[in-house]
Amino acid sequence: MTTKNSLATPPASLSRRLSGGLHRHPRVRLASLLAAPLGWLVIAYLGSLVLFLISSFLQVDSFTGNVVYDLTLDNYIEIFTTDVYRVIAIRTVLMAAVVTLTTIVLAFPIAFYMAKLASARTRGILVVSILLPLWSGYLVKVYAWRLILSESGVLNGVLEPLGLRGPGFGIVAVWLVETYLWLPYMIIPIFAGLERVPGSLFEASADLGGRSVFTFRRVVFPLVLPAVVAGSIFTFSLTLGDYITPTLVSNTKFLGNVVYDFVGVAGNQPFAAAYAMIPVVIMLVYLLVARRMGAFEAL
Amino acid sequence: MQLSRATRIGLRLATGGLLAFIYIPILLIVLYSFNSSRIATWPIAGLTLEWYGKALQDEGIRSAMLTSIVAAIGATTIALVLGTLIALAVQRYRFFGRETVSLLVILPIALPGIVTGIALNTAFRAIGLELGMLTIIVGHATFCVVVIYNNAIARLRRTGGSFEEASADLGADTFHTFRRVTFPALRTSLVAGALLAFALSFDEIIVTNFTAGAGIQTLPIWIFSNYSRPNQLPLVNVAAVMVLVLSLIPVYLATRITHGEGAGRT
Repeated sequence: MTTKNSLATPPASLSRRLSGGLHRHPRVRLASLLAAPLGWLVIAYLGSLVLFLISSFLQVDSFTGNVVYDLTLDNYIEIFTTDVYRVIAIRTVLMAAVVTLTTIVLAFPIAFYMAKLASARTRGILVVSILLPLWSGYLVKVYAWRLILSESGVLNGVLEPLGLRGPGFGIVAVWLVETYLWLPYMIIPIFAGLERVPGSLFEASADLGGRSVFTFRRVVFPLVLPAVVAGSIFTFSLTLGDYITPTLVSNTKFLGNVVYDFVGVAGNQPFAAAYAMIPVVIMLVYLLVARRMGAFEAL
Repeated sequence: MQLSRATRIGLRLATGGLLAFIYIPILLIVLYSFNSSRIATWPIAGLTLEWYGKALQDEGIRSAMLTSIVAAIGATTIALVLGTLIALAVQRYRFFGRETVSLLVILPIALPGIVTGIALNTAFRAIGLELGMLTIIVGHATFCVVVIYNNAIARLRRTGGSFEEASADLGADTFHTFRRVTFPALRTSLVAGALLAFALSFDEIIVTNFTAGAGIQTLPIWIFSNYSRPNQLPLVNVAAVMVLVLSLIPVYLATRITHGEGAGRT
């Protein structure tokens, strides 16, 4: 009788036996889940990062252009003692900081409107309108700003009748475009953070005599600070490594340009690796501080 | 909430102004792709479809387009498998180093793209792998895993493990449970994740520049190597619109499918 019921006496097929084995040994099950992805991330990605770290201690023979396999600190010494490399690194970090601050200022009003004033329908539309440019068209957006800021471009065309001129290509253009590019990365976490602040807190603060500015400074801002830090991880990191924007809308060199030039034109990969250690160290410190401030829960 | 009329109006204006700031450059590039003049002046000279015809016949654009599509599909496929596996492991099991695994997944996008690019470039050189389609796909897959992972884990968190336990209690084996219970629950989140991964891969240039080598061009790299040539300007505009459309549409579909769930978590 029981043979009719395939579930009661399952055919001892290979897949069934394998499955039974997996069911009895959760560790094996876990290992088989993780083997491929960890193999990839650890070998392909972490492995690459390790090689990249090692290569930053190598040198290129200036005669032959070949890499010499002797460990040396020469690249790092050159970076720390050459003014131009220091200036470029500092300029890049300052740019990342200014861009981050600008995005925070620009993100708050729209995030507040989305979280507290908009109807559910409007909120949905706004979230999608912010997510679309967050996910797509990075290079195209930088390129669009070339058309806007160029000598005969849109901005000068619009401002000309008023007797004004746009900033043209340069460091202001880089600031403008980086802000434009990474703004959505700041809006979304601040919006999510504000959404979690109960409306009753605003009323409580008002009842106790707090004016809007005071309420914002003492009640709202501290509560959404982790979200702001979460957003700043992206705005800061993405500005730090961007070499496309400075190339397209300025003649000024930023950290990424130096790395890119040394890998490509100069063919000095070890020096590029040593220079790229600057953003790595900065971001690792940044991530540690961000985690302490609870930013990872706000991601 | 108690807000003065002036504050409400101010917030509304700020919101509208910001949306204009975000979308005007995108609309301008679309407008310029129809510009009948070879040079980009404002206001544009007139409207034409000529450049679209020329772009579709341009050998460079066509092969770059094909490269981009193949690379995006390859990277998305790898990321789908890896991302789903990690999400299942991290969400359904407790194990030593679990936090580290979830950090490791985010690392390729938390570090500046230039770092991921140069690190992979170093590794490919070290093992003597010729830069080309394969290395592009490896690079893209590495940073696409996180997108699939985020979408899958958000869904797994919501569904919980009780359905899988019920399935096992009813006699289904591990594979049967995955096929009939876990996978159907994950399906839409994986479709959304795959669409986002495709978009991310399709318009990527920072890492690609380091992993593509000299012999092969994706569409963004084609734009990057042609943008400063005045006589190529109209075709660059059209190529830019192609990249824009092929990355915007998947993202829009992804947000429709998941109603934003997981999509904001980069």
